[in-house]
Amino acid sequence: MTIDFEIPEFIQQQQAMVEYIAQATMRPYSRELDENEHARPTAFIDQIWPILKEQQKATLRKLTETPDPNKPKRPSTTYLRLMLLVEMLSWGDAGIYLCLPSAALGGSAIEAVGTPEQKIRFLTRFAEGDKPVWGAMAMTEPGAGSDTSAIQTSARYDEATDEWVLNGEKIFCTSGGLALEESDGLVIVWATVDRSAGRGGMKPFVVEAGTPGVKVVKAEIKHGIRASDTVAISFQDARIPADNILGSSEVQTGAGNKGFKGAMATFDASRPLVAAGALGVGRAALEFLKEKLTESGIEIPYGTPYHKLTAIQRDVMEMEADLKAAYLLTLRAIAMLDEKLNNSLEASMAKVKAGKVVTRVTQKAVELLGPMGYSREWLAEKWMRDGKINSLYEGTDQINTLVVARRILEYSRNELS
Amino acid sequence: MVSFTLTEDQQALTETLRRYAVNDVRPVAHDADEDSKLPQAVVQKGWELGLIPAVIPEELGGFGDPLSAVTGALAAEELAYGDLSLALAVLSPALFAYPLLLYGTAEQRENLLPLFLEETPAPVTAALLEPGIFFDAHELQTTATHEGDKVRLNGTKAYVPLAAESHWMLVYARSSETGVVEAYLVEDSVAGVQVESREKLMGIRALPTYRINFNDATVDAACKLGGVVGMDYPALLNRQRVALAALAVGVARASFEYARDYAKQRVQFGKPIAQNQAIAFMLAESAIEIDAARLMTWEAAWKLDRGEEATREAVLAKQYADKAVLFVTDNGVQTLGGYGFIREYPAERWLRNGRGFPAFAGLAMV
Repeated sequence: MTIDFEIPEFIQQQQAMVEYIAQATMRPYSRELDENEHARPTAFIDQIWPILKEQQKATLRKLTETPDPNKPKRPSTTYLRLMLLVEMLSWGDAGIYLCLPSAALGGSAIEAVGTPEQKIRFLTRFAEGDKPVWGAMAMTEPGAGSDTSAIQTSARYDEATDEWVLNGEKIFCTSGGLALEESDGLVIVWATVDRSAGRGGMKPFVVEAGTPGVKVVKAEIKHGIRASDTVAISFQDARIPADNILGSSEVQTGAGNKGFKGAMATFDASRPLVAAGALGVGRAALEFLKEKLTESGIEIPYGTPYHKLTAIQRDVMEMEADLKAAYLLTLRAIAMLDEKLNNSLEASMAKVKAGKVVTRVTQKAVELLGPMGYSREWLAEKWMRDGKINSLYEGTDQINTLVVARRILEYSRNELS
Repeated sequence: MVSFTLTEDQQALTETLRRYAVNDVRPVAHDADEDSKLPQAVVQKGWELGLIPAVIPEELGGFGDPLSAVTGALAAEELAYGDLSLALAVLSPALFAYPLLLYGTAEQRENLLPLFLEETPAPVTAALLEPGIFFDAHELQTTATHEGDKVRLNGTKAYVPLAAESHWMLVYARSSETGVVEAYLVEDSVAGVQVESREKLMGIRALPTYRINFNDATVDAACKLGGVVGMDYPALLNRQRVALAALAVGVARASFEYARDYAKQRVQFGKPIAQNQAIAFMLAESAIEIDAARLMTWEAAWKLDRGEEATREAVLAKQYADKAVLFVTDNGVQTLGGYGFIREYPAERWLRNGRGFPAFAGLAMV
């Protein structure tokens, strides 16, 4: 191995195709979907569903077949491909991207801790059929944001019927409405089997569309990513089969606490991918800004000393450098995932950096584009509103900074809270 | 294929250099700064690590390794982790050797590269930077005027490391006819080359740097680096940007690690100060900026090694590292509180050294 930044040819080709999809089915609808919140990006969904379905089919095959020991092992590029896919789709439109018909975070949880039987039972729907299907993850509650151990949604085992009974309310669930009401999808619901056990009692449950007692009670109205479906879900004596729990039902603490650890481990994969989404929005804003500056006769002369640059040129160079820094931190966290190395530190570094950078870059783009930057005629102001979500979801910048701090100081959550 | 893994050779090299930085350089860095004096024994030991002979071609007696900017960046970071003055001193022969290796004519290489196979550091340097507040590497004020087979050099250079003890220097000057920047291999005996008194700087105080005046200093036209073909000046500028960025990362890492360890030990209000988010977050942000600057440096170096145009990457990496090292070393002082301001502690030295990077040009090369 050696230090290398080369993106493999086949991924570059994928990027060209994804860019085409973004140009054709995302950008033309960006403004319209932003102005008409809760409308669905059907052009994008219809275009991408057949492609995702095939990919999911291949993934499912890999998950369920026994690997051939004689087959030569190639270095995995699964996450690298995913990172650049997410980056490009977010470049197209961050809100529309989030409507991707796939198992999403729910799928990651099932892939990570599900039994072979569960993988087939729950994931097959994402690999077949004419109609798109969504998966979602429901973790956040009104009283449990960053502090996921404060989750109140309960799961009680009913021996008489061999079922789990869920009660509680989840909020900020991405694609929750699409999963439960607009497709034959599913939501992974984090609930506690024992409130007194704190993190040890937290378990993920698979709740399928059509489950009685499960109701989407609110679609949020948001600052940005308005095309994305963000909902609140209530559970009132919602009954699901006993084997819809992912992993063991035992209350576990300390090192054996696989339930909570499982949730945290999915962050190692999801945070760099959120970072990738941030990079896409940032690049969209920066490219657009540079395009407009070029039209006005302003180029960026790299290698010209500082005193000879205009304030705008300096700003643009700083935006580019910041975006590159965030890209490289993300690329590293992703490469570690593909190499199956522990990347908790690097994932949080990438996430917090990318969140901050997209916030700053898009705000600066609005500023530098003057009255037109603020105008809803162009997309700059929308990218600024869209970009901000990346500093908030999948752990706020502050929570991710805390994770970085704990890691570099080798502190537990008790030592640094 | 994307990878952030060092080769085995690079791994071995960085480990060797880290040992040198920690065991040999760190113990002498404070006094060297206070006394404005390079500890010759430690510089000598740095020379014996053999960074430059490694890339001299085998037919000239070297080890014939390819000149790699990535490897150079890795080495520069480790050396600067020890101390910036000593790192610049140990790396200074490269300022002359690498341009010669890359662009020298066969004759220039055969004549001068053997200098770098001696047992003591080659007495060479390079002069790029010029005094004044508006330095532009593409608009040098120092001129080269060709007259027949002679060239006259006129102008003033600044921040020339180790100039007083150098027998050869590489002088960058703008052709008064074409405006193109060329480099000239100049011996110290040439009339009209006047090394002024040693400069007094805010940091890198152990490293002697000088201003040099060229008053009709006349050399043979054959002294032009690369002869008729000349050199790839933009590529050389990028190589020095990458080197400086890597050195900045090393300084930042030194400051960060010290502050991190201090914050875990320093107890106030009954607990280590690192257990306060105000301190912990400062350190976390420093850690992120260091990694970001390092990755940008590596990417620029990687492009250089592939022979690709790397100006954008090198410029952005240097610019980013300039800011990162200041941010991190300032955080370092801040973490130590009042002790950060006391010269017995290294934090303020790292801040003084780190502040220099935006001003540095041509002081290092990968």
